[in-house]
Amino acid sequence: MPLALKTYPTIAEAGSALKDGGARYIGGGTLVIRSTNEGDVSFSTYVRSIDPVLSAIKVEAGRATLGASVTMSAVARHPGLSAIARAAKAVGGPAIRNMATVGGNLFAPAPYGDFAVALLALDATVHTTTGDLGIDEFLAGRDGKVVASVSFDVPSAEKFRFAKVSRIKPKGVSVLSIAVVLDADANGKVEKARIALGCMADRPIRARAAEKALAGATLREEDVAPAVAAIGEGIQPLTDAIASAWYRAEVLPVHFRRLLLE
Amino acid sequence: MAKVPVQFTLNGEEKAEFVDSGATLIRVLRDKLGDTSPKGGCHQGTCGACSVMIDGELKLSCLTLAETCNGVEILTNGGLAKDGVLHPLQRAFIDEFAAQCGFCTPGMIMAAKALLDSNPNPSREDVVDALSGNICRCTGYEPIIRAVLTAARSNSQNAA
Repeated sequence: MPLALKTYPTIAEAGSALKDGGARYIGGGTLVIRSTNEGDVSFSTYVRSIDPVLSAIKVEAGRATLGASVTMSAVARHPGLSAIARAAKAVGGPAIRNMATVGGNLFAPAPYGDFAVALLALDATVHTTTGDLGIDEFLAGRDGKVVASVSFDVPSAEKFRFAKVSRIKPKGVSVLSIAVVLDADANGKVEKARIALGCMADRPIRARAAEKALAGATLREEDVAPAVAAIGEGIQPLTDAIASAWYRAEVLPVHFRRLLLE
Repeated sequence: MAKVPVQFTLNGEEKAEFVDSGATLIRVLRDKLGDTSPKGGCHQGTCGACSVMIDGELKLSCLTLAETCNGVEILTNGGLAKDGVLHPLQRAFIDEFAAQCGFCTPGMIMAAKALLDSNPNPSREDVVDALSGNICRCTGYEPIIRAVLTAARSNSQNAA
């Protein structure tokens, strides 16, 4: 069956076109064309927008706004985003990073979507064609949404921690990924933590029990132990060719502890 | 099947084709334009054998729609040799015995070219990182890494 590509000048028009049955929004193509190549015949039309606004990165007064079509390489090389570059570099190899988009990553099913894990820890706001949503709310009901951009406060390098665990170095599919944004006082005591996990459900999730346990702790072995013990609360890891759910659950506390003590 | 007109430059030559709507770039390069240097390995974005450069950026031709390539410049391994002389990367791959079955080689060379275009004196680690999206099933990675480092050295000697 032939697949049509429909190109619209604005994201709003592309969003309206998606209401027709059998249409899928295409960003960099690394998820959607891959599905086609694997024999997905559930859609017959690709829809995209070429609005230059979608490819713009704006960093102003500590707040970053990334258009949905901004690629992982563009994030990784942007001088104002060096604190989170690691999370963008965690996606794919160089060619994938030149194609994969911020918007697409928000919809990537586990084990993909490592950058969205970072965005969840960063408490990003997702700007969709039907309004602005906090990322927790967006992820809970992401199907059918059309993303124009995301925005978040750019953390300092010390505040943002990120780890992607894969079996092949330097690039491989995630066993798991963890992103942590830490607010600490002058004595290094954690006031607030936002912790996000990848591969621990079908989409990125928060580790709320560990967040609570980490509040008031300093980043020392004995102090982080309760948070490490709580990191697996509420997780439903996936089983795939990379790792079993059991394995993912077993190694999560190990990598979380390392990330806190690094 | 609906046909869509597409115009782009392939290895410096103007091309204009009517392509099937929804066709990927690799299909058009191989089946319509006869450039069989990009290889279709996985068609999932995992193996890198189909790597080409589009407007100077490394991309996967199996995940790129041909229709989105209007007005771009495409460079493939098939266009690297000039006037009967191999590109320094191609020469180095031969000299270092970096191709066994050869299937991954065109993609490896394009990924290496993308690296050397932006970083002419890469470290070994830079090379490993640049080739991380390309799989070699003969597992001949060491000679491949050596070949890229050799090509980088010969480039810098030629430039000096």
